[in-house]
Amino acid sequence: MTKREFWHRFTAHLDPVLLLAISLLMLTSLVVLYSAGDASWHRVFAQLGNIVVAFALMWAVANMPLHYLMRSAVPLYLVGILLLLGVALFGEISHGARRWLNLGVATIQPSELMKIGVPLMMAWYFDKYEATLTMKTYAIAALLLLLPVGLIAKQPDLGTAILIGASGFYVLFLAGLSWRVMAGMVIAAAASAPFLWGMLHDYQKHRIMMLLDPTKDALGKGYHTIQGMIAVGSGGVFGKGYLNGTQTHLNFLPESHTDFIFAVYSEEFGLFGNLLLLAMYLFVILRGFVITANASTYFTRLMAGSVTLTFFTYAFVNMGMVSGILPVVGVPLPLVSYGGTSMLTLLLGFGILMSVHTHQKLVKT
Amino acid sequence: MPHRIELKNHQQEIFNFRLRLALSLGFVLLLMFLLLARFVYLQLVRYDYFHTMAEKNRISIVPTVPNRGLILDRNGVVLAHNYSAYTLEITPSKAGDLETTINGLAQFIDIQPKDRKRFKKLLAESRDFESLSIRNRLTDEEIAKFAAQRYRFPGVEIKARLFREYPLHEGTSHLIGYIGRINQKDSERLEEEDLLANYRGSDYIGKAGLEESYEHELHGQTGMEQVEVDAGGRGVRVLSHTPPRSGNNLMLSLDAKLQEIAEQSFGDYRGALVAIDPRNGEVLAFVSKPGYDPNLFIDGIDQQSWDELNNSPDTPLNNRVLRGQYPPGSTLKPFMALAGLHYNKRSPSYTISDPGYFTLPGSGHQYRDWKKDGHGSVDLFRSIVISCDTYYYGLAVELGIDNIHDFLSRFGFGQKTGVDLDGEQPGLLPSQEWKLKRFKQKWYAGDSVSAGIGQGYDLVTPMQLAAATATLANGGVGYRPHLVRAIQSSETGEKRTIAPIVDANFPINPEHFELVRRAMIGVTQPGGTAFQAAAGAPYAIAGKTGTAQVVGIKQGAKYDASKLAERHRDHAWFIAFAPAEAPTIALAVLAENGGHGGSAAAPIARKVMDYYLLGKVPPPPAPKQPLGNAASGVPEAAPATEEVEEHD
Repeated sequence: MTKREFWHRFTAHLDPVLLLAISLLMLTSLVVLYSAGDASWHRVFAQLGNIVVAFALMWAVANMPLHYLMRSAVPLYLVGILLLLGVALFGEISHGARRWLNLGVATIQPSELMKIGVPLMMAWYFDKYEATLTMKTYAIAALLLLLPVGLIAKQPDLGTAILIGASGFYVLFLAGLSWRVMAGMVIAAAASAPFLWGMLHDYQKHRIMMLLDPTKDALGKGYHTIQGMIAVGSGGVFGKGYLNGTQTHLNFLPESHTDFIFAVYSEEFGLFGNLLLLAMYLFVILRGFVITANASTYFTRLMAGSVTLTFFTYAFVNMGMVSGILPVVGVPLPLVSYGGTSMLTLLLGFGILMSVHTHQKLVKT
Repeated sequence: MPHRIELKNHQQEIFNFRLRLALSLGFVLLLMFLLLARFVYLQLVRYDYFHTMAEKNRISIVPTVPNRGLILDRNGVVLAHNYSAYTLEITPSKAGDLETTINGLAQFIDIQPKDRKRFKKLLAESRDFESLSIRNRLTDEEIAKFAAQRYRFPGVEIKARLFREYPLHEGTSHLIGYIGRINQKDSERLEEEDLLANYRGSDYIGKAGLEESYEHELHGQTGMEQVEVDAGGRGVRVLSHTPPRSGNNLMLSLDAKLQEIAEQSFGDYRGALVAIDPRNGEVLAFVSKPGYDPNLFIDGIDQQSWDELNNSPDTPLNNRVLRGQYPPGSTLKPFMALAGLHYNKRSPSYTISDPGYFTLPGSGHQYRDWKKDGHGSVDLFRSIVISCDTYYYGLAVELGIDNIHDFLSRFGFGQKTGVDLDGEQPGLLPSQEWKLKRFKQKWYAGDSVSAGIGQGYDLVTPMQLAAATATLANGGVGYRPHLVRAIQSSETGEKRTIAPIVDANFPINPEHFELVRRAMIGVTQPGGTAFQAAAGAPYAIAGKTGTAQVVGIKQGAKYDASKLAERHRDHAWFIAFAPAEAPTIALAVLAENGGHGGSAAAPIARKVMDYYLLGKVPPPPAPKQPLGNAASGVPEAAPATEEVEEHD
């Protein structure tokens, strides 16, 4: 095997367009992390490590034939549910929430696993009953979704619950859930809002209240939102310049390298920077849509569509909360925020997209 | 067929799926547009607001407190200055439990309960990141001890601060006053005057005396440091610096040595002395006895010292010079004589025969002269020299109170002098109108009788009487008394001289003036009421003695000093100017409960004039004499013993 052949085999299942799109965002991540860490390379290298590991996973998934993926749907989902139950019963409490499970070897956060596990399971389920879709099928799929979402919301981890809920909803929507049912769901949600409000934890209520009026508690609960908005707003049209963000470098911004990294970016690069960032996200999403539209099977269509839309949801929720139109929920800025777990989950999703795209191409030719 | 239907379904399904996918894309674009709109709103529309917010976050304005101006006497002697000393300070936000910290410090640094009390008070008034003093003026030993232990006390540090000090202590208390910590009331006043910004960082403000009256000159301009701070409030770097401008120095007309001699000359007497240069109104000495140590007040006086001062029967906190109001007694006679001449009620040669009392026409009531048997034949000259009461009883009635009021007003009686110190009292110069307003009563001739000798309703402050004497000495041209002669910029050393202000300008008829002046010189000559005190002076003194009654004496009762409780004895007055031909000093002396002006007040005036005119320093004060004998302690060496003794 020549070098050329090897290279060809190695890259056969990678989608160059998608690869370019996510690489641009990862590059942005490294650039912003350098600033968020006060010009220290520490986090940049750590994030680079995360990227390398995540790329390896993506490559592996992209090269995996789709039926392997389909076959893993049920076991993955069941393990996920078991782990979530384990968390609920024996989980470790940290920062007032029970999210982690100590397996002796490693401490894991099973909700991350379900970000892929839930849409995978639902897509598999719809694919299996493709020929006989009835209301019952949708109902069962909805139950498959609500069980893990409920468990995660109870931990409590509202951010993850919303994202998983969204990813499952996208599967339902793309699988053709009737408009009437959706309208009914909206009405039901509106009707049960007061009841749901009562179920929320105090800190979650506070976050929503703060969104309505962050100045009420500027140094307490509203601090995150206010400082984030100040950072974004004071960036102006052209930004304060790279490494010159005062909100960032004088530590007014909380969690500046994770959930609030968008504020760092926005403060230093301004409105034009934001426009560019939105364009980068749109690039990824458009490529995802192209792959989805061309997917050949019911399963791949649902899976690719859900992965793409969920990715967008991450980005929207994060930018929305930093700029003060959504409550502060713990959602990172996809591909940009520092963190290994979210990087892994995201690239697992992109690996699936690439697999969907490249394996059917091979089939076609 | 089924195959076809299925195929058709399949195409339909793909179509439906793509439709929903397109809808999703629309949804994505819509939300992205929403985000974009939000960014435009934050970064374009409300940019100014958020920019300001970020700057406010980032920039902290740290005031740099200016040095307070000095107060110097006319020869440059320091009356108020600043010195640097070390304080032990705690920053509460960094120190953890304050009680534990303070107890720990108290193990090797002397921390009194009053220090703790003061600290608590400071804490209640303080802002977050301020450091507060727990102990002032640390000794070198204490500094060394703390340095060895400092690792145990986070948030505690030693700082150098400027403190105010008044080196003359009691000697200048009522004049210089003192500064004290800015309290709530001060802050409110500063806010009203729009000065609060200039007091950011300042702890002290003038509370009394010149420190209060000249606060705007002494304080200076607060400087600013724009410091970039991080979220924890720690300074990162200085962005800009506007240095503070030190307060201006006050250069007084006061002569500290003269002041000291005047104060010592009082011996055990309480009282007041004001000496003025009649040529320009400069105040040369300003004594209110007893005084207090102004240094006690700077950091809040402790309760015990306060009680001692506040409850003392000697009222050391009372500024007698400006706020003490006393009947002028016979010191009013020279002014009355001028009034008589002015209104043509008396001529220089007009002579009365004094039987020892005066009666109003149609009344049997006898107004007694201080000399029971009378002075015999008395003209205007002699009426001043021997201080004849009967002469002035008649004159006052003939003049009428409103003429007296109008004429004496020219000398500033009944009005504030406008001296550059706050809190002055106006005294009282009665008139018909005043009595009607005050008591809803008409003026009786009998009221005029006592007004003629400065008793009855008349009240003066020592400052007022000194100013009137200066105006008299100057022949009717009176300058407003002032303590500050020049204001010196401590930055450039440039001096701004304060121009004398003429308040009274009514040239006295030279013949009248000459007559009264000669008579006042007569007072200090053999046969005059102040001869003993003036004996042997190589310069001519024009003076007048006076006695202010503390308790009224009943008709026919004989005044007996030894029988009256000490505090009921009359106050002794003496006014004078010298050299009589070309006066450079005019003064008024009050010795409370001194008895006679000639024996108690005039000797004090003599010592002050001797120093001022001759540079003669009196011998150190003699061992204390019992107060009751002060009057008889003066040797009786005058030829006309009978006449030297004064009453009125």
